[in-house]
Amino acid sequence: MKLLAANRLLDGVAVWAGPDGVWVEDIGQAEIARDGDAEARLEQIGREAVARNLVLDIELIDIDVVDGAVRPLRLRERIRAAGPSIHPELGKQAAKQAASLV
Amino acid sequence: MYRYDEFDHAFVKARVAEFRDQVERRLSGALTEEQFKPLRLMNGVYLQLHAYMLRIAIPYGTLAPRQMRMLAHIARTYDKGYGHFTTRQNLQFHWPALKDVPEILEKLASVEMHSIQTSGNCIRNVTADHFAGAAADEVADPRPYAEILRQWSSLHPEFSYLPRKFKIAVTGAESDRAAVQVHDIGLHLKKSPEGRLGFAVYVGGGLGRTPMIAKKIRDFLPEEDLLSYTTAILRVYNLHGRRDNKFKARIKILVHETGTEELAQQVEREYLALRESELKLPEDDIQAIREYFAPPLLPVRSEGEALLASATATDARFATWVRRNLHTHKHPDYACVTISLKGIGEVPGDISADQMEAVADLAERYGQGEIRVSHEQNLVLPHVARADLKAVYEGLVEIGLATANAGLVTDIIACPGLDYCALANARSIPVAQQIAIRFADQSRQEEIGDLKLKISGCINACGHHHVGHIGILGVEKKGAELYQVTLGGSGDENTTLGEIIGRGFGADEIVDAVETIVETYLGLRQDKSETFLAAYRRLGSAPFKEALYGSEAKAA
Repeated sequence: MKLLAANRLLDGVAVWAGPDGVWVEDIGQAEIARDGDAEARLEQIGREAVARNLVLDIELIDIDVVDGAVRPLRLRERIRAAGPSIHPELGKQAAKQAASLV
Repeated sequence: MYRYDEFDHAFVKARVAEFRDQVERRLSGALTEEQFKPLRLMNGVYLQLHAYMLRIAIPYGTLAPRQMRMLAHIARTYDKGYGHFTTRQNLQFHWPALKDVPEILEKLASVEMHSIQTSGNCIRNVTADHFAGAAADEVADPRPYAEILRQWSSLHPEFSYLPRKFKIAVTGAESDRAAVQVHDIGLHLKKSPEGRLGFAVYVGGGLGRTPMIAKKIRDFLPEEDLLSYTTAILRVYNLHGRRDNKFKARIKILVHETGTEELAQQVEREYLALRESELKLPEDDIQAIREYFAPPLLPVRSEGEALLASATATDARFATWVRRNLHTHKHPDYACVTISLKGIGEVPGDISADQMEAVADLAERYGQGEIRVSHEQNLVLPHVARADLKAVYEGLVEIGLATANAGLVTDIIACPGLDYCALANARSIPVAQQIAIRFADQSRQEEIGDLKLKISGCINACGHHHVGHIGILGVEKKGAELYQVTLGGSGDENTTLGEIIGRGFGADEIVDAVETIVETYLGLRQDKSETFLAAYRRLGSAPFKEALYGSEAKAA
């Protein structure tokens, strides 16, 4: 399973492609691609968003769904989804007041 | 310290206006990211994991209180209330929005600061000894030469598109505190037997994926030839440095592949052609720059010794801080104070906006208005009267910056690592925090003595692990963090590169491994005066391998 990750142009914040082409800040709301066709569709959404100067550095990332929650396979992407592991009060993890993905 | 002249002001202001226009065009879509990326990098704007990052140049690590206050203002207004001092004497903000960067740069320009040439394949911020102009062991202040190099290298048309980035460091004392032998050019200021000032010139040092110690290609370069010789080196590099492979593009590879002797000859030929050109520095010009760095007028404060003796006798914590965090000043009534940004369990190099302002106040009140940033990610007040040390200490206690660990095992250099950096493979900061917590006990740290521990989260080595007495390199292996240990590195006047000790350690093993190494040293040192580095040089790696890997080491 994969998600499409990117950074928002205006402020650099990490975002993921969500349903209906909306870019979401919460990885839990991202659209999951479960096959090659879905991956291609996400990439197409990404390319269009890059062309419209909404996001940059698009990348498909590998994930699992564990107990109903999205968990990127790479630590890098888990830190990106949560915030710096040394600052639980900063980044997305602060807003969600949830346990860090790390 | 140096003050901008009309040209500096006009130049930085014009650059801010140019970048404002470039950001507007990017946000409107007139520029693609491909077009914009090199432009933003030239202005210190990177894209990291969570946000953009803005790197601000602090030339030769010298800061005025008003500049520190502006950094605090920016941290509070545009970032998340803190900044991060780096191993290149710079400051990074980890959370600025692109749309705000032009305004930030405008505010920086108002206090004579900028982000130009903090990225890209150009000559980067010139670094220097953080005790410059104050240390007792100094031959001369290296900062006037660093400033001359800064002016010469800023937007240098010939050297703005080098094969790769280029870093110059200058030191002015026999003890090299600027790690000049691991820079592209290292300049060691010295006096000739006739009393003339000049430099020993080192070329081709660097860390990263191919660490190399610089080669000395000239024992004495007269100071007036600083720019002609540096230009000669850059010309040879610009012409012959590899552009076909990013990983082989630094001058260290050119020196290695060409051979030191041949490269030195090429440089000397260029130098001969340039020596009597307009690059020759007139004595008046050197003197004019030197005057900007004239030592402050330090009044006699001979009451300091008695005050200090009484204060250290009654306050053990203060006595500890005095023992660890002072460096000998030229003036016997004064000291250089290291403000440790390595509080136990804190993030190395991080400082809050409130702390920045408090340090600026202390520098103004007790430190002749000077602050330095060290490449070891600490701050320095270079000129504090010994009579005022207690007041400075109490001011630092109030803001949580009085940790008495300068040069000890908890005074750890660590790059931002995977917590922030898009290039990193593993986290550095949590490892530094855990090691600091493990060795928190002050008497144990002092028993261990001087020990430089340096951590990088990837092979690019921003944490200088190759020159750590104990170096730690984080890598990613099978999706997990793994930490390789090197021992015996050193970034001083006797530079050595650390040796990989064996297989790496998991995130849950690395702190124990460091403790094993330290305990092995304590068990084998001749006496307390034999430092970790001296003991390692005497003993070699075998006892440390044995302690870490046991029979596994013997089998290997």
